[in-house]
Amino acid sequence: MRLTGRVHKFGDDVNTDYIISGKYKFKTLDMQELAKHVMEDLDPEFAQKVRPGDFIAAGKNFGCGSSREQAPRALLACGIRGVLAKSFARIFFRNAINCGLFVVECDTDKIENGDEVTVDLEKGEVVNLTRGVTLSVPPLPQVMIDILREGGLVNYFKKYGSFEKA
Amino acid sequence: MGKTMAEKIFEKKAGKPVRPGDIVVVPVDWAMGQDGTTPLAIQSFEEMNGKTVFCPERIVFVIDHNAPSPLESVSRLHDLMRSFAQRFGIRVFEVGEGVCHELMMSRGLVVPGDLVVGADSHTCTYGAIGAFSTGIGSTELAVVMMTGKLWFKVPESLCIRLSGELSPGVFAKDVILHIAALLGADGATYQAIEFHGPVVECLSVEERATLTNMAVEVGAKAGMVPPDEKTIRWVKERTDRPFEVVLPDPDAVYARTLDIDCSGLIPQVAFPHRVDNVRPITEALGIPIREAFVGTCTNGRIPDLEVVARILRGRKVHPEVRLIVAPASKETFLVALERGWVRDIVEAGGVFVPPGCGPCVGTHQGIPGDGWNVISTANRNFRGRMGNREASIYLASPATVAASAIEGKIADPRKYLG
Ligand code: SF4
Repeated sequence: MRLTGRVHKFGDDVNTDYIISGKYKFKTLDMQELAKHVMEDLDPEFAQKVRPGDFIAAGKNFGCGSSREQAPRALLACGIRGVLAKSFARIFFRNAINCGLFVVECDTDKIENGDEVTVDLEKGEVVNLTRGVTLSVPPLPQVMIDILREGGLVNYFKKYGSFEKA
Repeated sequence: MGKTMAEKIFEKKAGKPVRPGDIVVVPVDWAMGQDGTTPLAIQSFEEMNGKTVFCPERIVFVIDHNAPSPLESVSRLHDLMRSFAQRFGIRVFEVGEGVCHELMMSRGLVVPGDLVVGADSHTCTYGAIGAFSTGIGSTELAVVMMTGKLWFKVPESLCIRLSGELSPGVFAKDVILHIAALLGADGATYQAIEFHGPVVECLSVEERATLTNMAVEVGAKAGMVPPDEKTIRWVKERTDRPFEVVLPDPDAVYARTLDIDCSGLIPQVAFPHRVDNVRPITEALGIPIREAFVGTCTNGRIPDLEVVARILRGRKVHPEVRLIVAPASKETFLVALERGWVRDIVEAGGVFVPPGCGPCVGTHQGIPGDGWNVISTANRNFRGRMGNREASIYLASPATVAASAIEGKIADPRKYLG
């Protein structure tokens, strides 16, 4: 599982209300519609700036707040492939993996807006190609790796039918 | 080596010894979804070709976040929930019954020792009666509906000991805001918090729920109060379901213990736009406000409406302020009616909206205007939370919100409670 993309940088404590506001998420299941409003309260132009395959890099506690799975789903729908942060809020972290969004804990002080990074979850590292630095990533629980490898919990369950797989 | 409440509950469910950090796949006692998260769970359920629901009598849907529906698209999502529930025999709490978390506790569904998941982050509230409850996502709710189980990482626990005594005019909300300031918005990430000490023992079950509700605001997976006689009485008044109380071992091992002397604590206010941006009321006095909101799963219960009515009785809400009150449940509303609190509040100039989430999450019923300051009893004050990014939200206790509604600026409630 290896991906390369360009980074959009944010600060600490980006909450799920900022990722996708409650006023939109209650209205629709259409993720393309929600994708237009991603990060709007922090950067009204964000959705237009994203190119498919881009990453977000942020500070600590990314995704704090509500349990809305619309947050990682809307990020994916708007083209974001993964989020790198110093730490994540736990429900967001689980939701992201369940939706197939890469979430990577690393020292994002070494990543600037516009940098190009490669994430390699197998190796457990992030390489900042722009700056030539390699950052280590703490290992994920096996169940999360398996879910991510299948592209999310829906596919995982379609394949295995339970968490107690071989 | 002793075990914490969280470890003992997971141990009971897993049927084997567990340690913090272990991954376990265990059955849950209840699964809850609300109208903001359940439609997506139903979609995932269909995508996974779900045919049956594991244990429909242990699943609850609540229509509370955007209720009554303000839009046709929302009405369609509500109907999607209703028809799915009907197909599988799942119980639905309809528009106006109340906030999901209040219903799960006050209707006698959750009991001490239960393991509960809910597709809502404040599911952690039920720790007030000694359950382990935590928020999950929609697809996880779909999986739980299909299989009755979910994987968990057994959390470490943080012990918060609240000693001393609360002064008049200081409430559980002030305590938890103070804790948020001490810990920060990520201070307990992935941990379970246990609340101990004489201050907790003196609180009613409803007030304890204010503490456990906001555990997630410091990143915690769960917030729990060890059940005592008060808890057992409260639960038995609501259900005949047998239960076994789970208490932490006296020598339980905590990741960290925090001792807080509450004796000198004064009312607290969380400033925009962070829950942990907390200052004592003395630094907030005089900030003008345009909207005041009493309600939510944090502070919409009987003791909350009681103190608001007491402060407003015979007084008037400031002409520049809209005071909005959303009781946490239908029962709370009826008690407020019977005891005359609704009259006190309405005569003072307050407006009641239906039991439920009200304007908490910015979908309807009280979206603030540009540049407005709002003082609210809710648990979150993120920018845009109430539906307008140009508004600023201050969080405080119901008493502080009521006093501020009268004065049109943030005010100290203690002078109204003498
Ligand atoms: S009252 Fe507010 S915080 Fe509580 S469940 Fe409803 S929207 Fe969420």
